[in-house]
Amino acid sequence: MDDETSADEVQAGRRAFLTCFGSALAGGAVAATATALLPGPARAAAGGAPSPAIPDYDWKQHQWAFGVDARKCIGCLRCVEACKAENEVALDAHHFRTWVERYVYVEGEDAPRIDSQADPVNIAASGSEQHYRFANRYQDQKVERAFFVPKLCNHCTHPACVQVCPTGATFKTDDGVVLIDHTYCIGCQYCVQACPYGARFFNVEKKVTEKCTWCYHRITKGLLPACVEVCPTGARIFGDRRDKQSPISRFLAENRVDVLKPETGNAPNVFYVGIDKDVR
Amino acid sequence: MHPEFSAAPYIGYVYPNETVFPWGVLIVAYPYLTGLVAGAFTVSSLYQVFGLQRLRPVAHFALLTSLCCMIFVPTPLLLHLGHPERAFNAVFTPHWSSAMAMFGYFAGFYVLLLMVETWFVFRPYIVQQAQQRKDLLGRYYRLLSLGSYDLSEDALRVDRKWILALAIIGIPAAHGLHGYVGFLFGSLKSREWWSSDLMPVIFLFSAIISGVSLLTVLYVLSCKLRRIAVDVDCVKGLGYTVWGFLMFTLLLEGVEFGSLVYKGKEGIDMIMVFVTTRLVIPFFVLQIGVGAVTPILILSYMFWRGTAGRALVAGVTTSAALILLNVIMMRFNVVIGGQEISKTGVGLLSYPWVFLGREGVFAAASVLAAPMLLLLVMIRLLPPWHDPVNTPAH
Repeated sequence: MDDETSADEVQAGRRAFLTCFGSALAGGAVAATATALLPGPARAAAGGAPSPAIPDYDWKQHQWAFGVDARKCIGCLRCVEACKAENEVALDAHHFRTWVERYVYVEGEDAPRIDSQADPVNIAASGSEQHYRFANRYQDQKVERAFFVPKLCNHCTHPACVQVCPTGATFKTDDGVVLIDHTYCIGCQYCVQACPYGARFFNVEKKVTEKCTWCYHRITKGLLPACVEVCPTGARIFGDRRDKQSPISRFLAENRVDVLKPETGNAPNVFYVGIDKDVR
Repeated sequence: MHPEFSAAPYIGYVYPNETVFPWGVLIVAYPYLTGLVAGAFTVSSLYQVFGLQRLRPVAHFALLTSLCCMIFVPTPLLLHLGHPERAFNAVFTPHWSSAMAMFGYFAGFYVLLLMVETWFVFRPYIVQQAQQRKDLLGRYYRLLSLGSYDLSEDALRVDRKWILALAIIGIPAAHGLHGYVGFLFGSLKSREWWSSDLMPVIFLFSAIISGVSLLTVLYVLSCKLRRIAVDVDCVKGLGYTVWGFLMFTLLLEGVEFGSLVYKGKEGIDMIMVFVTTRLVIPFFVLQIGVGAVTPILILSYMFWRGTAGRALVAGVTTSAALILLNVIMMRFNVVIGGQEISKTGVGLLSYPWVFLGREGVFAAASVLAAPMLLLLVMIRLLPPWHDPVNTPAH
């Protein structure tokens, strides 16, 4: 993918996204189409499977990865709201494909105070479980330092969730994304237990497990994931590691990165810059 | 909030999605039932394979108990699944790296084995009833006989060989099934509370004590209901069996817990908060104190003093009832306790009790009661008290 094409596609993507944004039905239709076109998990697991029947998309030509520059995150939570709208995620404080954590080090305390947008205090501040904001709850304390950390599915190279799935409904694609075939998932939630990052949850409407797909229905069309698209500070970086000029390739070349819970052996593909030892 | 889930309150920090527990009390019933299957089968094997004559009065009853429990083992799983109609996806197109995918094969094989062994054990009775009865039940027994009416000595010798072979195969099958259930939990590296190599062994030992205890309670209860004398020697045999296995179980649980605390890996601080607050009643008091230490003391005292007669029966039965409490609390503390410790390592959740609905307390209690009701029917159709003609030679 050359730069010109990339820029055009991003522009087109922005337009398309803005058109879609807020229209859950349209987003759902795109998602449904993309999902319907995916090959079955058995074929994917067998290796050498044909790429998804999306015109001009060959999943063997891409290796997607995600970067988070926590130093840039301002905790505005547009990413969380965009994700919910784009992927029709339940509009409550208990189901998130992506979320943002806040770490606050108050003077005189050893451990940070951690919360996310789902914290009852923050939900009370926003006044609704459908809109998110971080309450200004530490204004009376002396804060030594504080930062935000966006979280999402790590699309691990050795995903524990895929290992434990009894039917193969959740699987790793050739382009490095962990997906769930909602027509094959039996809803046992063993994968929810196995994910060390809390990235998976049960969709009570569809009665299947759900999680971040890096907006697979968008990225296979050359668009960016919704959360990356709306991030006002560029804290979320996404791209193709096969393309040396892609944002993620440059991010990985220019930074020393961390991954979350490396000791699990899952080998995450979300790379962090600017996090701290207390981030898990 | 959506009526189909209850959000769990928490302290510290937990991942937002963790506030909905994936597995509730219904899943507690799953390892509990599986354990009863393995434990009851152990008693049957101790007689059929290892020739423990003392256990003869309960040997066939044990087989029926095992079968009745096993038939209901899949029910908590099916009730839990979001799409139970797709359950066979895991059997027809299994994902081989998944421990859970093996369940259908293990369970299917074991049910079949239990049914065949039960058939051989009760064949003389079935044939006798099929030939004597002219009513509807007679037709049922004729169907059950599968057309095999030969009760000659040669035929019964073949039967005995089959029973012995099936009982031998059943030992690794029953214990493999339950060790496997322990592996389902122990193999998950995401939860410190579960992630232990000892988990399959602990599950296995606790399974044995739960099955033996259930049999003790049911046997004594059945004697009272049938107004016949309890075979004290049999109860003593059951008491000895459960006493030995209980000590091992308690030791293993102690080693596992001690090792978790001693290693003191990341997140241990929160685990210690959990252990010293929430777990005090369900773990230290109910599981360890009331459910394990008390029966060990009672049994040790009785065997040391040489207690006999009604006092022994009362003591062993009380101990057995306490051990049943121990095992269900152990299952609860593993399944629910494991999920109460947040994956963040810095938070604790409180399980939100749900009583009604598909996965509530009543559903779990029904799943546990159902095998007992089936057993009530089974002992009328295939009386285990009736001493069959083909008792093993030893």
